Amino acid sequence: MPAHPQLDSHGNLKHLLTTEGLPKRLIEQILDTADQFVSIGEREVKKVPLLRGKSVFNLFFENSTRTRTTFEIAAKRLSADVINLNIGASSTTKGESLLDTIHNLAAMDADMFIVRHHSSGAPYLIAQHVKPGVAVINAGDGRHAHPTQGLLDVYTIRHFKKDFTRLTVAIVGDVLHSRVARSQIHALTTLGVPEVRVIGPRTLLPTDVERLGVKVFHDMKRGLEGADVVVMLRLQNERMNGPLLPSAQEFFKTYGLTAEKLARAKPDAIVMHPGPMNRGVEIDSPIADGSQSVILPQVTFGIAVRMAVMSLLAGGDRNE
Amino acid sequence: MTKLPDVATLIAELARAIGTPAPGTIVVGIHTGGVWVAERLAAALPVKLVTGTLAITLHRDDYDLRGIARNANHAHVKSQATRMPVDITGKHILLVDDVVATGRTVRAAMNELFDFGRPASIKLACLADRGGRELPVAPDYCALKLDIPHGEEVVLAKDGDRLTLQFHKK
Repeated sequence: MPAHPQLDSHGNLKHLLTTEGLPKRLIEQILDTADQFVSIGEREVKKVPLLRGKSVFNLFFENSTRTRTTFEIAAKRLSADVINLNIGASSTTKGESLLDTIHNLAAMDADMFIVRHHSSGAPYLIAQHVKPGVAVINAGDGRHAHPTQGLLDVYTIRHFKKDFTRLTVAIVGDVLHSRVARSQIHALTTLGVPEVRVIGPRTLLPTDVERLGVKVFHDMKRGLEGADVVVMLRLQNERMNGPLLPSAQEFFKTYGLTAEKLARAKPDAIVMHPGPMNRGVEIDSPIADGSQSVILPQVTFGIAVRMAVMSLLAGGDRNE
Repeated sequence: MTKLPDVATLIAELARAIGTPAPGTIVVGIHTGGVWVAERLAAALPVKLVTGTLAITLHRDDYDLRGIARNANHAHVKSQATRMPVDITGKHILLVDDVVATGRTVRAAMNELFDFGRPASIKLACLADRGGRELPVAPDYCALKLDIPHGEEVVLAKDGDRLTLQFHKK
């Protein structure tokens, strides 16, 4: 019995479902592999033949243009055939069960499923039911995990900061509903970041968030003090007028990243955001476009990191 | 076992055989050994030429068998990068590898080269040809021909700045 459903009996990556429990060795392997792919985006021919003849199915049970597009670009740059399925709009509304959908798609000889689902754990269920050799990548499930986003974030941090072992990383905003934050926290602590802070109102932080190994701040200015990396989380529209928050304006006043608040962080601190961002809600426009912002490099690196994950999953003798 | 010849001598022989390359020729080394040879070979040629490097990991033909991770020593791969400083379209390429065997590395290197443009020509230079070809690949310049028994290999090793050819049992 493998230690974790995403690893095979040799400890190699079989699926990518979460960064929680993902060994440091594998995270570093993904980041190092991504290094090779970054330069491919700069070539005349932005393609390598690694996944030629393989079929990658983008299964999006929940809408996401950006994540789906970056997975699609990544797969295409690896020469795979990409099939995009917007499941929300098709079979499930006709009453087909998740596993029936998967069995049908597997019968079409898929080699890899990229899954986004509103229910936490759905990619696990799918991973347990695919044939040996078929890989599943979690592209975001419920509030649980979004591992490729977490990995592209640590890739971005490594690119700009080189060494994880002296960093203070502050994650700001709606941690409670954020699978991105969870995936980041697990990856950062595994990589040896000594101080990960979460900053937000009590209503938007999980109750026992300290158990993830982070420090909790409710005062943003104190939380940003001396930070090397500031990660702003998206405040989802549907939360803004809910019971957890007074209003978007109020949130911006307290937890929006402005020049004044950013001045508390180190002068060379980088500002990140997983996108899509709400200007004037969690981040002030001049900061989003400012010299410390690495939000667009995150998008570019995201393609390379997704190429790395796919190429590590799809190659080699995977029949156990 | 016979002693293998000195690498500096072999590079000098290669340079002599190549003579004066066409103007604008780009010397491209294949990672890792080919890059070491290409640097020294370019320095030994009578004209100054642009050099590039190819890391062929992503174009290998054994990905389905071995995967990307198990293709090569991980730490090793990390330092390798493809670097093509100029547009290669219409240029003559002198492709350099250390030891040619099956020809599969050269095949992968040529495929990768074409992702950068359409070269006018490609010529292949190698330090040693150990035989055992599996593809129709032939070096244009080769300093040393060896007949190596199956199960043994010849590798180029680097110690400081010094290169040596060595026998290894697989």
